[in-house]
Order: sequence, then C-alpha cells, then structure tokens
Amino acid sequence: MSGLRYVYAVCRPFGTPLPRQLTGVGGVPPKQLVHHGLVAVVGQVPEEDFAEQPLRAHLEDLDWLGTTARAHQNVIDALTVVTSPLPLRLATVFRDDSGVRAMIEQREETFLRTLDRLDGRVEWGVKVYSESTETSGEPEASVDTGARPAPSPGKTGSGRDYLRQRRNQRKESEEKWERAEQFSRRLHESLSGYAEDTRIHAPQNAALSRAPGRNILNAAYLVPRAESEAFVELVDRTKDDAPGLRVELTGPWAAYSFSGEDA
Amino acid sequence: MTVVERREVALVDLLDRLLAGGVVITGDLTLRIADVDLVRIDLNALISSVNENVPAPWEEML
Repeated sequence: MSGLRYVYAVCRPFGTPLPRQLTGVGGVPPKQLVHHGLVAVVGQVPEEDFAEQPLRAHLEDLDWLGTTARAHQNVIDALTVVTSPLPLRLATVFRDDSGVRAMIEQREETFLRTLDRLDGRVEWGVKVYSESTETSGEPEASVDTGARPAPSPGKTGSGRDYLRQRRNQRKESEEKWERAEQFSRRLHESLSGYAEDTRIHAPQNAALSRAPGRNILNAAYLVPRAESEAFVELVDRTKDDAPGLRVELTGPWAAYSFSGEDA
Repeated sequence: MTVVERREVALVDLLDRLLAGGVVITGDLTLRIADVDLVRIDLNALISSVNENVPAPWEEML
C-alpha cells in the first residue's frame, strides 16, 4: 500500500535540517517536499486510518484525536524552531505527492503572501480565569424531604432569609464577573499594543480543559519574536494585579490562529 | 526560543488551534476536517471555538 500524504505545514525553504529523531503522525518522520520554491512538510500515513471513512470514525474518538493532535504539534513545534511555518489544519490529507504539488501550485501566491506576513512572528495564547470561590449549590439544602404536615410559622422567615441570601450571592457573583471582564478588557488592550494581530477564541469549556475556574478571556496574539520577551514580561506583570483571577500564558506557538487569508 | 519553560501543552489549547486554526485547504484531498461532523462526540459543545459563530461573551462590550 502506497499510503496517503499528511501535510503539516508549508514553509519557505529553511537551511537547518529537522531533528533526525523527529516523528509525526503515526510515528513516521516527516519529509520535505520542495516545489515552486516552497516546502510542504509531509508524512506518509496509512489509508486504513486516513481515508475518508476511517478518518471520519477516528475523529469522533477523543483519544485518537488527542494523539494525532500531539503528533501534529510535535512536527510544527520542531518547524517553529527553524522557521516560521504556515501550519495547516489537522488532518489535511492528499492521495499522493502530485496532489500536494498541485495544491502548492494552486495556492502559491496566497502561501507566499501569508508566509511573508508571518515571517519572524510567533503566536502567544493568553487566558484569564476567574477562580471558582463560589459556594456551590444551595446555601441550606434541606436533607429532610419527608412528608411534613404544615409549615411552621418560622418557615416564612427562613424563606425570606433564603431569598435575600440568594439575591446577595447573585449580586456578588455579578460584581465579580464585571471585575473579571474589566480586567480582561484592559489586559487585552495592553497586550494588543505589543501584537501585530489578535484573535479572540471562544472561552474554553471547563469540562474539556479541566482547568479550575471559569475561562473569561481566551485570546491569541501575533508577536514578532524580537518582541516576545517584552510581551511575556508584560503578561507576567499583570498577573499580580488580578486578585481572584488567574492569567495563563501558552506559547510560543506557530501562528495557527493567524494563518487565514482574512487575517 | 526559551522565554518560558515548556510545559505539557493542554489538549484543549491544542485543539483550539488545530481544529479552528491553521490553513484550511480545499481541493484534491480525501477529506476536509471542516466537513466532519463532530457532534457525535459532543466536541462541538466542548470546544466551542470550532463554531466561530460563538463570540466571547465579553467581546460584545468592547
């Protein structure tokens, strides 16, 4: 079986060889396919995993998706060390090398334009979480659910207390939410000053991220490598003036969030 | 670049980029991930960034 071609990224030719032990999807070392002055970084993948039907099935398997995503990122990471790659979306698969070459020819101008725009830039991810200090659940959940003849006179008072308590709680969490939003807006504004471009991703769901607290800001910043140290320092400094909030920095990434033509 | 020490990248950060970012190529290929129906593993619900129509809640206030 000949196998399909999995394309990780398109780059300008880079002088430095990739690490010899580098492997990508399926444990296969990626190779460079040079065409029209561009390099497609390509790995061979088996049809039984990457043809349309099996791929469709695999993509519904979070474990498979995770393994494949990490293998993909492994190659992109190595490329980011030696060049500024234009990463392709996960699982971009062609039938053979000539399919890859045809794709390069077709999109040559766009690739060159985007590679120029991304040259010497990296992506940083910044997330803000509000720490979950909320008392979860009901303030005084009644354990006693058994039949009770008639509510005692005192019940009315406790009902009112309960409502007041709930109201106060709601007010508190609204204020907290507002503070968190204000902080995130200010942070985003000051970080944008260092960035050539920004993207706001939707907040991450705690069920998947397993990160404590609620994700308020999930943003990506395109920053020149030369400015990256200043950018990271700025993020570090803001961490201290955010009581009850958590700021997380990820990167440097290849410019995944800025690879579109509309960017 | 060694500005920060590298930690294990969280899968969700990775998927934010690999499923919502990167160049989407149409043409002579077997499958576009954009066409894949991820609903069955509830990935759409989990990774809301896959659906770009969902804005960050605070973005409206900018």
